[in-house]
Amino acid sequence: MADENNDTIAKQLDTGFSGLLKKITTTSNAGGLTTGLFTLASSLAAVVIALGICAVLLAVTGKDPWAAYTEIVKTGTQSNQLLEMMKRATPLMMAATAVAVGFKMNLFNIGVEGQYLFAALMASAIGTQLSLPAPLHVTAVLLLAMIAGAAWASIAAVLKVTRGVHEVISTIMLNYIALSVIQWLFENWFRDNSLELNIKTKALPVSGRMPDIVKDRLGGMFIVALFVVFLYWILVFKSRFGFRLRASGLNAGAATTSGIGAKKMIVIAMLISGGIAGLVAMQSVVGEIYGYGPNATPTQLGFAGITVALLGRHHPIGIVAAALLFGFLDSTSAQLQLAEIPSSIVKVIQAVIVLTVVIVNEASIRWLNKRTAEQTAARLVASDVTAGVSA
Amino acid sequence: MAKSDGVLAVELSGIDKNFPGVIANHDVDLRVKSGTIHAVVGENGAGKSTLMKTLYGMHQPDAGTIKVNGVTQHFRSPSEAIAAGIGMVHQHFMLADNFTVLENIILGAEPANGPRIDFETARTQVHKLAESVGTKIDLDVPVSELGVGKRQRVEILKVLFRGAKILILDEPTAVLVPQEVDELFLTLRHLVDDGATIIFISHKLKEVLAVSDEITVMRDGTTVATVLPSQTDRRKLAELMVGSELPSPEGRDSEIRADISLQVEHLTVTSPGQRDLVHDASITVHSGEIVGIAGVEGNGQFELCSAILGITPSTGKVLITGHDVTGHNTHDRRRAGLSYIPFDRHREGLMLTAPLWENTMLGREHMPQFNRGPLIDGRSARRDAERVIERFDVLTPSETVPAFALSGGNQQKLLVGRELSSEPKVLVAAHPTRGVDIGAQAAIWDEIRHARDAGLAVLLISADLEELIGLSDTILVMFDGEITAKLDPAKVTPEILGTHMTGGAVEAA
Repeated sequence: MADENNDTIAKQLDTGFSGLLKKITTTSNAGGLTTGLFTLASSLAAVVIALGICAVLLAVTGKDPWAAYTEIVKTGTQSNQLLEMMKRATPLMMAATAVAVGFKMNLFNIGVEGQYLFAALMASAIGTQLSLPAPLHVTAVLLLAMIAGAAWASIAAVLKVTRGVHEVISTIMLNYIALSVIQWLFENWFRDNSLELNIKTKALPVSGRMPDIVKDRLGGMFIVALFVVFLYWILVFKSRFGFRLRASGLNAGAATTSGIGAKKMIVIAMLISGGIAGLVAMQSVVGEIYGYGPNATPTQLGFAGITVALLGRHHPIGIVAAALLFGFLDSTSAQLQLAEIPSSIVKVIQAVIVLTVVIVNEASIRWLNKRTAEQTAARLVASDVTAGVSA
Repeated sequence: MAKSDGVLAVELSGIDKNFPGVIANHDVDLRVKSGTIHAVVGENGAGKSTLMKTLYGMHQPDAGTIKVNGVTQHFRSPSEAIAAGIGMVHQHFMLADNFTVLENIILGAEPANGPRIDFETARTQVHKLAESVGTKIDLDVPVSELGVGKRQRVEILKVLFRGAKILILDEPTAVLVPQEVDELFLTLRHLVDDGATIIFISHKLKEVLAVSDEITVMRDGTTVATVLPSQTDRRKLAELMVGSELPSPEGRDSEIRADISLQVEHLTVTSPGQRDLVHDASITVHSGEIVGIAGVEGNGQFELCSAILGITPSTGKVLITGHDVTGHNTHDRRRAGLSYIPFDRHREGLMLTAPLWENTMLGREHMPQFNRGPLIDGRSARRDAERVIERFDVLTPSETVPAFALSGGNQQKLLVGRELSSEPKVLVAAHPTRGVDIGAQAAIWDEIRHARDAGLAVLLISADLEELIGLSDTILVMFDGEITAKLDPAKVTPEILGTHMTGGAVEAA
């Protein structure tokens, strides 16, 4: 009796971590849920590993990693810092969603940067010309931004379906072209020359402005961003259109023989991606500076969005979580400098997290797939089925 | 190097190789005498490539022994096979286009002078090598400027440069024009005279008879005979390739109906700078009829199916149940009643990482039962998947497992189930039972017959003659993009089928 007990304990100790994982993967039959939990667990593990790596980096450069991390947590969890986190997460959520829509059908929209900057200028410039009642005016500005973003993205889509130009190349190039086009349009037509120092477009009238959720701390676009992520979930994971989109991404050959037109899907996905990208800078346009300004409108958000989408594994919940995490880290960087910790450590942490998440998730998903195949085969042990993970 | 009769350069005995759900090689024996050209012939899917991959160390056999020059070998990788003096010239060349001939030949085996490549030594060595095989080739031209024949010569030199004495050539003439073929054969003779041994994979019987010293025939994954060219002819070889006893077509209770379900008129698929991939093909399939298409793979069957589906652009007409769908897209053609079992279930059929229920819905997601407004009704889709799984006897624990977890045979049953579930009028079935075990094969055949009895028109493309003759009411032969013969499965003989499939009848005409 006692021996038996010892045996089981020893066995449990022996199997340890892999035994636990085995339990997680065997107890549930619903593949989706298991995979979801598993992805979450591996993402968290990756973040912990990343913090470990950064601790080593900090220690090597002569800083106390423990002090740095406590400082990050201490400053980051103050209530106005949490609002700052949500504020910074807002554009990231939308940029990441824009990237994710494309990614779901293997389209890599690297051009979110150019699309949102172009959209910010066009929406500001045309938005000031409109005179509409308050809720309609803001809506119109947002719609204009989406149309402008989609229009800019459509160039890459057309190039791809008519000339076979890879979207990575065309969207990267279009980012540079966007910067020049924006500068030219702004300097020649849209600049408000009545301002001396503050170079901007003409300010949006009050009716075209988005009210704040918390005065001067958190803009209304946060809600819009959450809504965009929710729509992304419905559209891509629940709708017929989304099924076709994902089918094209999972196996373009199978989608084509099933009657899903590849070119049509490319164009639609790119337009949706560009449309969402158009909203990225809208917090700044309708909530903060009430227009576009070359030095006032935030940049680099498109590239940050790619990282956030990657970290969130293109899943709506993942995107929100990843955007909040990045927002949190960003929000602490100013405070860190005051504590004499190099604020660039935040960027390093972000980069290391992304790398570890990609590596850990890739490894764990391979492992999970192999397991699923083995278990399926095991369940059919009576038959002569041999399961194989396809290469 | 001594060339003496009776010494075996390669001796394979009792080789078995299984892949999940498929027996690729079974009890294969191959004896290649040193200093000879030995041809291995067989239809596509007869197991030639699998066997050669085994010999070249690309995978390991499940049973059997490999002897090279009398020494038993267990190759774990191609590099071990290369070390033992075996070289492979692939059908698709593996050359770096922007490198010169010399650079390509020495790539990966460069003679070194410290950290630098010793180009002088390399040049002398390659030059000597080229001379010894009677090839004149400019070593400083980039490969991109060479024609196909020359490129192949570079491939051969590359293999020889690595010290190969036993060369495997995989369908070397498939890409060559007749003059180049003659040149290649001259080179091969040179090589053999110098003591090399050549294993020549092909299904072109005329060439095989012209060049080889011995011929081994493969069929259904095993070696069926080894013959001398002097003691055989094309007809006898063709008969060995397709089997001497063909199955007799099964009797059927139902009648072929009068109405035409699929009509293809003068369909042509062009290819820039080449001859037509499909040339002027006209096919009629009635309701309740199965029309089989026989042919060695790569003679335009894929392009024909792809054009009928509306994926590959083509000229000519396609009518489904009398409706002209020429110019319509795949979606519209499917809605008109077309269904398709693709050539390769992984590349064109299934979303491997998606759950089974999403796979069974693909191509049918527009059907009202799967929709609630613009949204997918997941519950209904899962119920439908359960029905397909039950009805088509797919072995799986549930409809939520990803498709990759199933065996090949069960994936195929799921696919057939999906394609028959849309209540099609016309089914284009390409190799519907390729790579599945015998049980699944019988089940799929039963399902196709059952649907035919209910009025389905089937265009069946297959390399399996048992399947073709067992199911078809009419057999068409496709060769070089054209439909070259219309045969009655009840009267066809292996001889006739074999000559038609290998272009014998065309060349004789």
